[in-house]
Amino acid sequence: MGEAIVVTSGKGGVGKTTTSANIGTALALLGKKVALVDTDIGLRNLDVIMGLENRIIYDLVDVAEKRCRLEQALIKDKRFDELYMLPAAQTKDKDAVKPDQMLNIITELKQNHDFVIIDCPAGIEQGFRNAIAGAERAIIVTTQETAAVRDADRVIGLLEQNKIPSKLIVNRVRPAMMKRGEVLEINDICHVLAIDLLGIVPEDEKVIAGANAGEPVAMNPVFKSGIAYRNIARRMLGDMVPLMTLDEKAGTLTKIRKFFGMG
Amino acid sequence: MSVKQHIIIKGVKDGLIFLLDDQCDFEDIILELKHKLEKTHQQLLSGPLIHITVKLGQRVLTDEQSKLLTEIVRAKGNLMIQGIESDAPAAHKLRAHAQLKVMSGIVRSGQEVEYDGDLLLLGDVHPGGVIRCAGDIYVMGALRGSAHAGMDGRKEAIIVASVLKPTGLKIADIMGQPQTQNEEEGDGLMEYGYIENEQLCIQKLTLLHRENRIPVIMRGV
Repeated sequence: MGEAIVVTSGKGGVGKTTTSANIGTALALLGKKVALVDTDIGLRNLDVIMGLENRIIYDLVDVAEKRCRLEQALIKDKRFDELYMLPAAQTKDKDAVKPDQMLNIITELKQNHDFVIIDCPAGIEQGFRNAIAGAERAIIVTTQETAAVRDADRVIGLLEQNKIPSKLIVNRVRPAMMKRGEVLEINDICHVLAIDLLGIVPEDEKVIAGANAGEPVAMNPVFKSGIAYRNIARRMLGDMVPLMTLDEKAGTLTKIRKFFGMG
Repeated sequence: MSVKQHIIIKGVKDGLIFLLDDQCDFEDIILELKHKLEKTHQQLLSGPLIHITVKLGQRVLTDEQSKLLTEIVRAKGNLMIQGIESDAPAAHKLRAHAQLKVMSGIVRSGQEVEYDGDLLLLGDVHPGGVIRCAGDIYVMGALRGSAHAGMDGRKEAIIVASVLKPTGLKIADIMGQPQTQNEEEGDGLMEYGYIENEQLCIQKLTLLHRENRIPVIMRGV
């Protein structure tokens, strides 16, 4: 019996889908059996980020309305044998599925997977209610923007009302701006939201490049963001992994300048 | 007896008026009422049905207190309480300080807490969170959302917070500026909001006693 975790944020564009894809990939790298579920009906993206868009035959709504069996709609990942994805429908909207249908699907997925990662749409309406219906834990994704933190707070409140505990990922962390005091400090965000921090992911162009190429950045440990997602997955399995330090390494020139007291 | 009279009984056309002192303890009133009805004013008890109007002055009674009062008077056959009147504004909806509710937790964005009395919150109110109370609001934590005290019209209500940085304050029907006097974060002084001259003001909590809003009787040796 696996665990269902919803990835949500309230605000759009903070990186829910990217986070879902990368956490799923990182967990699969650690040998876990993972199912990714895209609940963003009408605006499905998870398939693109996973690079699986041309393999879709059936979708979430087909399963919910029993036009096909769950196994028929599940798409196996190209890279892993035990990573699967259940795509959202593109031609319907959020009302096409009801929370109890979602609960059934998630419960069924939990039978055969260690982790069921549910990618939640932005907002707190029907799509959100569907996405959290089967979840027993939540990962809140936020950025260092006040608006994102405010929305995260709202969502944490709603999850608490549904007895779903949540942990935080601060996405797109910008160390330079943080140093200049132009964005919220990570500590402050954790303090304000009063939930545990699961990890931080630095702002990285490679994340976008990977998403466009259909190759989640977690596959590639050369990049800091890739390591960040792997660390998050390890923490989800109970490992103690220290938070990564984001101070950019000083370049050779800077070092020389410093040596001569010019830095 | 040199003890001050807490209850004055007056006769009017359609019955009697009990004028109760609004400064003393409620218990003293009850004791004196019992004493008066049973000992000194027994002549009232014989005769036809008498309607009683109780005037409370500025005092506000809880439901329990007014029930107790009614029971004591009603126990004496021919007395009947016609009404209990208080001069405090919208007295019928008000609650005394006795009804303090203590709750803990975080009031997050989009969440609302409403209570028909005084509320002590052990926790924070986040921006977008709302607390509404008929009485006072005390927040042991940071008040960063909005708070509405005395929502039934009680202008004496106050809003206290360890960190008073609200997005909005309202007492009775008066809205306040969110700016607090101590703009510097972390001076560690608690503040409270109250109404003075129809304006919502913020003041250091240590100065609350000067207003004498919540009278405290210090008993000591």
